Amino acid sequence: MGNKVLMKGTEAIGEAAMRANCQCFFGYPITPQTEVAAYMAKKMPALGRVFVQAESEIAAIHMVYGAAGTGVRCMTSSSSPGISLMSEGISYIAGAELPCLIVNIVRGGPGLGSIQAAQSDYFQATKGGGHGDYNMPVFAPSSVQEMIDLIQEAFDVADEYRTPCMIMGDGMLGQMMEPVEFLDRQPRKLPNKDWAATGLLGRKTHNVINSLFLAPEELEQHNTHLQEKYKIIKENEVRYELFDCDRENDLILVAYGTTSRICKNVIRSAEREGILLGLVRPITLWPFPTKAFEETVHHTRFGYLTVEMSAGQMVEDVQLAVNGRAPIGFYGRTGGMVPHPDDILATVKQMVHEGVQVWH
Amino acid sequence: MASQEIVFAGFGGQGILSMGKFLAYAGMDAHLNVSWLPSYGPEMRGGTANCHVILTDETIGSPVVTRATSLLVMNGPSLDKFEHTLVPGGLLILDSDLVNRTAARTDIEVLHIPAQTLAEQLGSKKAANMILLGALVKRTGIVSLEILLQSVHEHGKATFFEANKKAIEMGAGMIPQLTH
Repeated sequence: MGNKVLMKGTEAIGEAAMRANCQCFFGYPITPQTEVAAYMAKKMPALGRVFVQAESEIAAIHMVYGAAGTGVRCMTSSSSPGISLMSEGISYIAGAELPCLIVNIVRGGPGLGSIQAAQSDYFQATKGGGHGDYNMPVFAPSSVQEMIDLIQEAFDVADEYRTPCMIMGDGMLGQMMEPVEFLDRQPRKLPNKDWAATGLLGRKTHNVINSLFLAPEELEQHNTHLQEKYKIIKENEVRYELFDCDRENDLILVAYGTTSRICKNVIRSAEREGILLGLVRPITLWPFPTKAFEETVHHTRFGYLTVEMSAGQMVEDVQLAVNGRAPIGFYGRTGGMVPHPDDILATVKQMVHEGVQVWH
Repeated sequence: MASQEIVFAGFGGQGILSMGKFLAYAGMDAHLNVSWLPSYGPEMRGGTANCHVILTDETIGSPVVTRATSLLVMNGPSLDKFEHTLVPGGLLILDSDLVNRTAARTDIEVLHIPAQTLAEQLGSKKAANMILLGALVKRTGIVSLEILLQSVHEHGKATFFEANKKAIEMGAGMIPQLTH
């Protein structure tokens, strides 16, 4: 444990990004992730890298668009209302096939909502917050250490597939401190960025980066290409954790991020009452780990209970994955309220003892 | 099994968050799993501050402390807000100079420490938090005083170290008289 340091989630985001060779950070302050920008403002210029506090989130994401077009690693970070503002730019970046990292430390919504932890941006992140047929890989860490690991991984995934990637945390992960270790990691073998707009450099033709295809035939062809790319990402980049799923369980919980940590506590207290629970923890929210349900659907007596800090946005993906083969219940809190382990356990008991499908 | 789930609570400016941080550092240095979660919501705007700290040799699930094994409070509103979160047999440490009532619960251990008065004897009211932290660490034994002092030395400001050390030792010194 000698190399461990105690770090706040938001600061760990900045440090991990810098270690992943992020050259540019563009952002606009918003609680609960302003410390990311503060950390970058302090550290990036000293390394000869770029930090810009933009005049708005819209400006910040378009600065990311421009920097990504030159092939450098770049990122922005915001929280829910800010990500809504950025969604137009994210659609452009996806359309122009540029790699970058977007961090969303989710707070309660809709509207200005609250500044407390929530998971109510699941639809926005996974179903396309902006317009057009696009997706982006969305990673949901559940600890500060995993935040660090996934940020480095997300930059690689972005470069490999020429796609924006999102890290989706919540206010609690952003604000809490945990011991972390920055381990040397083997980066992926990545393709050359021969598409980058860096000047002619002896070539005869310009590299053009654009998301505008006026001829419908061309745009359809572009969309077909994007869909093929998304198919490959779905095949290669799904991540999930199965916790206590190597046994015949009474019920399996489905949760990600902070909520999955609470569920792990619930699993232990349920055991003391003779109820066996497992946990499916999606680490990529898109692509959704459908495979995790293939592996578990025949090993749960009463099906699944999805637990979220939202009104049940992930449930739809669970339903698609389970496809009617098992009952699915839901327990959620909204507005920045964090589920209490006792309340989750009470819902578990309703499903297990009364055999009812619950929806709170 | 070594495990403590602690809530520190009081006014902003009393050093509530740093108290929790020093303990988290000490836990990390003692090879325990630790988490530190500050309040950052609207209650902070009202001038109160709290943090949840977990030190355990088991895996940490939620960083939110819902069943505190110890509660350290430096104002009345914090006692009102968190007293019910203590587990039966849990430890309540209160700054008796600032909290003008005792516990309503009878199933917990309560230590009244006049931390402001004691800190004044040391020359600075600002050391009150470290006196209470010394008492907490001594009473729970979750980490040794040596490790706590080492973490304060390593992660605190060098100019305050001697004062902090004296305060921690003074707080720890209160324990035998308070518990006998």
